[in-house]
Amino acid sequence: MRATLLFSSILLFASIAHADWLNFRGPNGSGYAPELAGLPTELSAETKAWEVSLPGRGLGSPIVVGDKVFVTAASGPDQKQLHVLCFSADSGKPLWERKFWATGRTMTNNKTNVAAPTPASDGEHIYALFSSNDLICLDLDGNLRWMRGLTLDYPNASNSLGLASSPIVAGDTIIAQIENDSESFAAGFDLLTGENKWKIDRPKAANWTSPTILGNGNDAIIALQSSKGILGVVPATGSTLFQIEGGASTIPSSSAAGDLLFIPSNGLTVYRADSSGDEPEKLWNESTQRPGTGSPLVIGDKVYIINNAAVLTCSDTKTGERLWRTRVKGPISSSAVSADEKFLYVFSENGIGQVVDLSGEEGKVVSEFELGETILGTPALDNGALFVRSDGHLWKFGK
Amino acid sequence: MITLARILPLAILLALGTAQLSAEPWTEPLGTIKKVGPEGSGNAEAAEAWKELTSQGSAVIIPTLGAMENAGPLALNWMRTAVETVFDRELAAGNDLPTAEIESFVLDRDNAPNARRLAFDLFTRVSPDAAAALIPGMIDDPSAPLRRDAVAQLVAEGKALLADDKKDASAEVLGRALDGARDVDQIDIIAKLLREDLEQKVDLPEHFGFLMYWNLIAPFDNTDRAGFDTVSPPEEKIDLEAKYTGKDGKEIAWQDYSTSNDYGMVDFNQPFSPMKQVVGYGYTEFESTEARPAQLRLGCKNAWKIWFNGKLLFGRDEYHRGARIDQYILPIDLKQGKNTILVKACQDEQEQDWTVQWEFQLRICDETGTAILSTDRKPTPEPETPTRRRSEN
Repeated sequence: MRATLLFSSILLFASIAHADWLNFRGPNGSGYAPELAGLPTELSAETKAWEVSLPGRGLGSPIVVGDKVFVTAASGPDQKQLHVLCFSADSGKPLWERKFWATGRTMTNNKTNVAAPTPASDGEHIYALFSSNDLICLDLDGNLRWMRGLTLDYPNASNSLGLASSPIVAGDTIIAQIENDSESFAAGFDLLTGENKWKIDRPKAANWTSPTILGNGNDAIIALQSSKGILGVVPATGSTLFQIEGGASTIPSSSAAGDLLFIPSNGLTVYRADSSGDEPEKLWNESTQRPGTGSPLVIGDKVYIINNAAVLTCSDTKTGERLWRTRVKGPISSSAVSADEKFLYVFSENGIGQVVDLSGEEGKVVSEFELGETILGTPALDNGALFVRSDGHLWKFGK
Repeated sequence: MITLARILPLAILLALGTAQLSAEPWTEPLGTIKKVGPEGSGNAEAAEAWKELTSQGSAVIIPTLGAMENAGPLALNWMRTAVETVFDRELAAGNDLPTAEIESFVLDRDNAPNARRLAFDLFTRVSPDAAAALIPGMIDDPSAPLRRDAVAQLVAEGKALLADDKKDASAEVLGRALDGARDVDQIDIIAKLLREDLEQKVDLPEHFGFLMYWNLIAPFDNTDRAGFDTVSPPEEKIDLEAKYTGKDGKEIAWQDYSTSNDYGMVDFNQPFSPMKQVVGYGYTEFESTEARPAQLRLGCKNAWKIWFNGKLLFGRDEYHRGARIDQYILPIDLKQGKNTILVKACQDEQEQDWTVQWEFQLRICDETGTAILSTDRKPTPEPETPTRRRSEN
């Protein structure tokens, strides 16, 4: 009996060794979290740990903070009811739910929905942004800390197709891009009060890309992408550090790796940029490497993109030289994510989860699992686990 | 000698003390929450107040629901989460909940619509059968969120009768459902059943309150989208007899126009033919029996501006990102008698198939979505009626 209890305790301890996946595409918005370990290399009924129902639509990713998983949703005939949900990462048990009435416009294209942005966290709070421009801060226990109705403050800041850019925390600021054809802006909000720390005008053009963090600590830069290119700003002040012109996509976002920024621009363009004040240095461009909806994924000295034909391409980060390509099952709206140099995870719109083995001469799909529901969102990773959501469910694979 | 000057401060202190003693523990936090304002103002204070409010027991539920009356949209959400947080906690702990008071709150139609819907959802969680029994009585409820369930029940009943080939009974039930329905998705379903399965006539434009008769003038210039900010003559003065120089120097004049579209779509492409980089104006009048608050509800995928009684209400320079009924909701104050409405619709330079539309739909209703009809509303044009009628002038 004691032995059983001891074994159970060890298992319990092992099961709560979580690491955080705090925002869209995890660390710095890169999609790559090498500190994680033990992820499932197979997606199957056997590796499915749990599945829970969700009360409304959503395509924003889950995020993981400690032993909790958070996800947002929107419900009702006009998606006017917003949900922030918290589950136990270990068991899937619902821990709490907070509901809000949208204060801004909830119209979206049918493919997307009001809960398109992925929430962000500083490890102590959840910052949930919706296409209605409601930005809500809750602590990890569900206590409301602040709420902004950005359409109340800026009445023309909306996109009738729906907004989807996900916010990100840098230092003591949460940064959001509310970019659209009309009242287009980006802003940094105080983590504790939600008040504006800065707000800058942005190009008047619909834009669904998310801010990316380039660099770390005091030298961190927020890369704001738009159809004009990249604007590098100081997270705390919004002050401009650099501009990269030449245009960029308004759907897939850039990925950072060290001081390199991989930009979906004229295919794929790579710049070296930092906070020194020097002009960013263009390293290479490959016009044939054109990311589809998902963002590039940089793992070590390789960059992976999936184009609109669901072709996964692996290239050398230093030169842009294509090393191999293989087809995965598409169409794909989500971004690929990874925790090591061996496996990459991606989900098709048709709900097929795919694990790609990256360790050989060429990539090879080694596992496929049909969830039977539309998957548009990007998965989140944790130690030993992968989380993914649809309009109806949240799944955990792994331990 | 005791003077008035000495007594007065004492009296004030006593009065304040009495007021504080009589104040309930939720009074101050609710007052603080109600003060949340624009750009994050009041958030820090509201967070403390929310914490204080939710630390109390279920006694705060009814006062908090009541405080939603006249609260702003942000304060409403602070209060909602407080109510649900306390309710969830007390329910999980097995503590007593003010179930009877919650039911009374639902039934009191003077309470705020959203607060009543929230109270109904809470009531459903503790007394599902009793809550379900309330639904049929909500078909004419002033709260549109509460009507929805009652409409859904009638639609189900109407469909069942139809399946049993009881067409007259089905038409009667679905007719009541349509009278009660305020949500577009439900209205569409009911209208389809009535028209296609029961061969009933349904006047959707009147049900919604769409404005069907207009005076239109176009094209003014919108090259490089500059027309959105350019003040053309109709913005300065409405003169339906006037003629102006339009785009490319051509003389243009107001035209009578009516639409028979179920959703009141006013289509500039019909009288003027499809054009690009142009501006059109629509003008109409609305007779109100009384001065009252109302809403203009617009759907438009072009850039637009609206003037109500000569005052600019709002404008939006977004092109071809989609449109739907009630896309934009604009509060107005109808005055008794004649009210004027001017709509500016701008067409841009895009050439794709999905950028051909140059149109808008507009209705007047109350905050629940119930149509308000002009006292001189003309019959809805029949679909066969030519949608283009030349001005008699």
